[in-house]
Amino acid sequence: MLRRRWVGASSSTSPKATSHAVAAIASYRKARNRLPGLAVPKSTTPTTKLPLTFPGQLAQSTVRGYATQKQATAYIHGKEPYDVEKVRHDFPILKRIINGKPLAYLDSAATTQKPRDVIDELTRFYNEYNANVHRGVYKISEEATAAYEEARAKIARLINASSPSEIIFVRGTTEAINLVAQSWGRTNIGLGDGIILTEMEHHSNIVPWQLLAKERGAHLKYVGLTDDGHLIHDDFRLHLESGGIKLVTMTHVSNVLGTINPVREYVREAHKQGCPVLVDAAQSVPHIPVDVRDLDCDFLAFSGHKMCGPTGIGVLFAKKTQLEEMPPYHGGGEMIREVHLYESTWKDSPYKFEAGTTNIAGAIGLGKAVDYVSELGLRNIQGHERELTEYAHDRLGKVKGIRIYGPENPGTKAGVISFNLGDVHAHDMATLLDEDGIAVRSGHHCAQPLMERLGVSSTTRASVYLYNNEEEIDRLAESVKRAGRIFKI
Amino acid sequence: MSSIYSEIILDYYRYPRNKGSLPRAQIHARDTNPLCGDVVEMQLELDERNIVKDVKFNGQGCAISQASASMLTELVKGKTVDDVRKISKEDVLSLIGGQLTAVRLKCALLSLKVLKTGVYDYIGSTDATKEEPSIL
Repeated sequence: MLRRRWVGASSSTSPKATSHAVAAIASYRKARNRLPGLAVPKSTTPTTKLPLTFPGQLAQSTVRGYATQKQATAYIHGKEPYDVEKVRHDFPILKRIINGKPLAYLDSAATTQKPRDVIDELTRFYNEYNANVHRGVYKISEEATAAYEEARAKIARLINASSPSEIIFVRGTTEAINLVAQSWGRTNIGLGDGIILTEMEHHSNIVPWQLLAKERGAHLKYVGLTDDGHLIHDDFRLHLESGGIKLVTMTHVSNVLGTINPVREYVREAHKQGCPVLVDAAQSVPHIPVDVRDLDCDFLAFSGHKMCGPTGIGVLFAKKTQLEEMPPYHGGGEMIREVHLYESTWKDSPYKFEAGTTNIAGAIGLGKAVDYVSELGLRNIQGHERELTEYAHDRLGKVKGIRIYGPENPGTKAGVISFNLGDVHAHDMATLLDEDGIAVRSGHHCAQPLMERLGVSSTTRASVYLYNNEEEIDRLAESVKRAGRIFKI
Repeated sequence: MSSIYSEIILDYYRYPRNKGSLPRAQIHARDTNPLCGDVVEMQLELDERNIVKDVKFNGQGCAISQASASMLTELVKGKTVDDVRKISKEDVLSLIGGQLTAVRLKCALLSLKVLKTGVYDYIGSTDATKEEPSIL
């Protein structure tokens, strides 16, 4: 899960930086603890004193670029601790007052808030260089095309793809998975073939395969879960060895439990059997360093709106060798080389898969979002979220009658905390938290098979991102306690 | 902000009145709220004058959906089928009291939707949603 290309530059100063991501986090935290600034207890930071006017200059004057991992390493080595209060100033929506209290947004696993940079770039696109891409020969069309392709290149660098041509713009994770199911799947999966999934998949990584399996006469095999929300490796091995498996498709990080799956190991084992792997990275790419060449996955899907980008734009990464063999998913303009009355030829990927006018503004906005998270540094973001998750487990774990689902050690999971309190239904919990200005998700989180496995109809889910702070976790814990008092738990 | 979760709602949630089933019910309907996973089932037993002799509900879900279903059973007992048909969403909301958000209105009104579906099926009309187009 390393981004060798970027980290390499700093490896001379810290050999740890090139080791496993977990080690990187450990060294980051150790470095943080050595900082004199951190000797001050966190609770004394002025968490509630947001300035009345938004300090746009602050965000815009800093350099947003690709050499950002160097900056991230600088953070780790103690130049500057992760300053969440500074980050919060970049998000105008965090100034909102809900039911008389400041918004505590703890639903980033559903969608994240947008920094001023991204919002401004969307406005700038429409105000200054809105034009269709790849076709116009005039100035603003060239500008739009350059920005659109630059965004593609930024994404390729973010996940360490070999080339921008491996990056296909889609609407989101759901469309990316459907694209693979319909294009790759209908070509490669036939009668009696098997597809391996896991019991912790989001519906978007179940239903497209059910549709395909029904059409092709294939069957689905599920890797089960332990009680603390980890995949049962033996299940995977048994399925893989049972023969006829043509694809493994699995989530990188569970959107309900926060479990981080050992995708790299699974990919290796699948490849030994000649079986490609799709990774649903909707909950990983925004939160932890993801390197597609290190994972060696064949396909990887994620959404822009879950990583500070606009809605309606997402990414399918696929290895060039796969893309070359895959037929188009949608037919139309932009994706063709030549069209005749009865037959046509296609452009090379990625354009073969981008029929019609795509979400140009969305792609450019996502490019800006990639700049934003890259500048903060994915490892710093992961470290920050991990601290918050540990803090939330600690605070919520002390509430009488609470049950937290998933891995017991918050240090090994992503920033997703699913819980139930006594017999308080998740929707009642979410309504009570909303009364205190706290936004969480409640329900089955588009993972009904997982809910069945957990033996519950729903959970309340708090999920954190780069802008959340400990004060919001304190408020969450206090509000959950209040719900407990109202329901007499 | 005053909470929607009054003592009354919580009492009906914890100690539901008329929960169970009626084997001889003439009216029987069930529905779910896919958003929340709330399930409500309503059974009504009528006498020869079409008066609700007994009523039971069954289900699972949030406090609002389950308490409102229980309250609704108390409201319909002793009423004629025609009177049951005329129960409005305002009647149900006044039982619950407090302000509900649009999403939670669906929880509150699920039991009424189920009840009306059953009643309309019984009296022979199929359009149960005619009277509540905005919510149900």
